[in-house]
Amino acid sequence: MITDGISIPFDVSRIRKDFPTLHRQVNGRELVYFDNGATSQKPQLVIDAITEYYTENNANIHRGVHYLSQLATTQYEDARKIIQNYINAPLSEEVLFTKGTTDSINLVASSLGELFSEGDEIIISAMEHHSNIVPWQMLCERKGCTLKVIPINEAGELMMNEFDQLLTPKTKLVSVTHISNTLGTINPIEEIIKKTHDVGGYVLIDGAQSVQHIKVDVQALDCDFFAFSAHKVFGPTGVGVLYGKKEILDQMPPYQGGGDMIAKVTFEKTTYNELPHKFEAGTPNISGGICLGTAISYLSELDLNAIQAHETELAKYAEEKLLQFEGLRIIGTAEHKTSVVSFIVDGVHPFDLGTLLDKQGIAVRTGHHCTQPLMDFYQIPGTVRASFAFYNTKEEIDVFIHAVERSLNMLK
Amino acid sequence: MTLEEKQQEIIDEFAIYDDWMDKYEYIIELGKELPIISDENKTDDKLIEGCQSRVWLNTAVEDGKMSFTADSDAIITKGIIGLLIRVLNDETPKEVATSDLRFIKEIGLHEHLSPTRSNGLASMVKKMKLSAIAAS
Ligand SMILES: Cc1ncc(COP(=O)(O)O)c(C=O)c1O
Repeated sequence: MITDGISIPFDVSRIRKDFPTLHRQVNGRELVYFDNGATSQKPQLVIDAITEYYTENNANIHRGVHYLSQLATTQYEDARKIIQNYINAPLSEEVLFTKGTTDSINLVASSLGELFSEGDEIIISAMEHHSNIVPWQMLCERKGCTLKVIPINEAGELMMNEFDQLLTPKTKLVSVTHISNTLGTINPIEEIIKKTHDVGGYVLIDGAQSVQHIKVDVQALDCDFFAFSAHKVFGPTGVGVLYGKKEILDQMPPYQGGGDMIAKVTFEKTTYNELPHKFEAGTPNISGGICLGTAISYLSELDLNAIQAHETELAKYAEEKLLQFEGLRIIGTAEHKTSVVSFIVDGVHPFDLGTLLDKQGIAVRTGHHCTQPLMDFYQIPGTVRASFAFYNTKEEIDVFIHAVERSLNMLK
Repeated sequence: MTLEEKQQEIIDEFAIYDDWMDKYEYIIELGKELPIISDENKTDDKLIEGCQSRVWLNTAVEDGKMSFTADSDAIITKGIIGLLIRVLNDETPKEVATSDLRFIKEIGLHEHLSPTRSNGLASMVKKMKLSAIAAS
């Protein structure tokens, strides 16, 4: 544990041993996995925890007096506490298990959205993932609210002067991403939260790309909601988190109806369970929740400052090397960035480059990255995106650069 | 040459490449050779929007034979289009409609025809066959 400033030196080769997938071959080459923005690989610890859960402890939770049910319930609730500690939420019932970021955002749009009325305003940004656009468009259609968009500059930074103009007393909610999945921009969310609170609005932070890279403290941020997905933080797919302030969650109507979320059901009237259960209808992804706890425990044993330094160095190194290619342009050059490098090359389609890199064992993402409006802004069909995690290395970047060179020679 | 003979010819051509990159080098060359459709023919009704690349397909029937021209913004997609056109052009509607394009699989490119690849090729083949059915 790194709790008292005595940090174990960050040792990538030791860490890589924890991730079995990193050691496989693809198309006859050592895999170079640079698609961490889409999903992260899983440490053996998490994979083992999944097996152990189904081998030893499988039972339904919150419903049985028997031993296994109690055990599974305890493990599930312990995982909630691990997450609570990790993001420094005041109360464990403010940590809701969901299916992922998309589900978390939809929960807020459906439930909090019920309290909105015609003419209310919701603000998002030009760099949002489709999952932080479409639920709000659907809500606006349902309730007659207005959707406003914070524009960005060429570098891919939010234009904060414009944001000031968009805020009005009618602003009910601002929902923005902490870190852009396409550009890597780290947004000034502290400022956004403060200014939105000044006009009486709530703020939801899409943390899908942030918890795995930088320390998140929801109390220090004072955000009203914070959403993220387990699968991008070294945990399993199909599970995620919505943090919400208790006083707001208490006012919100339930999201879905079913088992677990009720206090008492009669045909005349049903009363709802307390938080967090009010928002967790039905049998949840029990193993997913427990193993997200395992993943977060794993992450909290690492030195996040060292991780950040390592990842920043990787991104800088990759950008430097990439910019040596003629006609290559980095998309997203914000001053504050994480380890995402999106780029295009004149006369080369991202799909072609991605296909050739794949054949050389390199996994990158190509396309619009579920941010079509952002591609429209830059007037490009898509980018090639390399997104790094702490287990990536400079040697892998060298392999990648060599493969890019070979591919460009073929394509140009 | 029959449709089947054309398929076999392509399979033989690719048999000399055991390295993926060589195979793709060849596909890229084919893509570069394929005539580009003029911009006025790249109309929206001919556009097949894939998530990753876009494809334009132009269909005609001449003297009872299918005639396809196509284009893509991605060169690898275009190369594969070239192969498809080589096999399906100048064949009767019936032959196109009932063709089993096994060469794609045999030369190891079936991933490109999977709908999940979203490069527009799967939809293109479907459209080619549908237009052949309509013409037969
Ligand atoms: C910024 C951002 N928001 C939301 C999402 C959606 O996450 P999920 O698909 O896990 O629900 C993603 C995933 O790519 C993302 O990068």
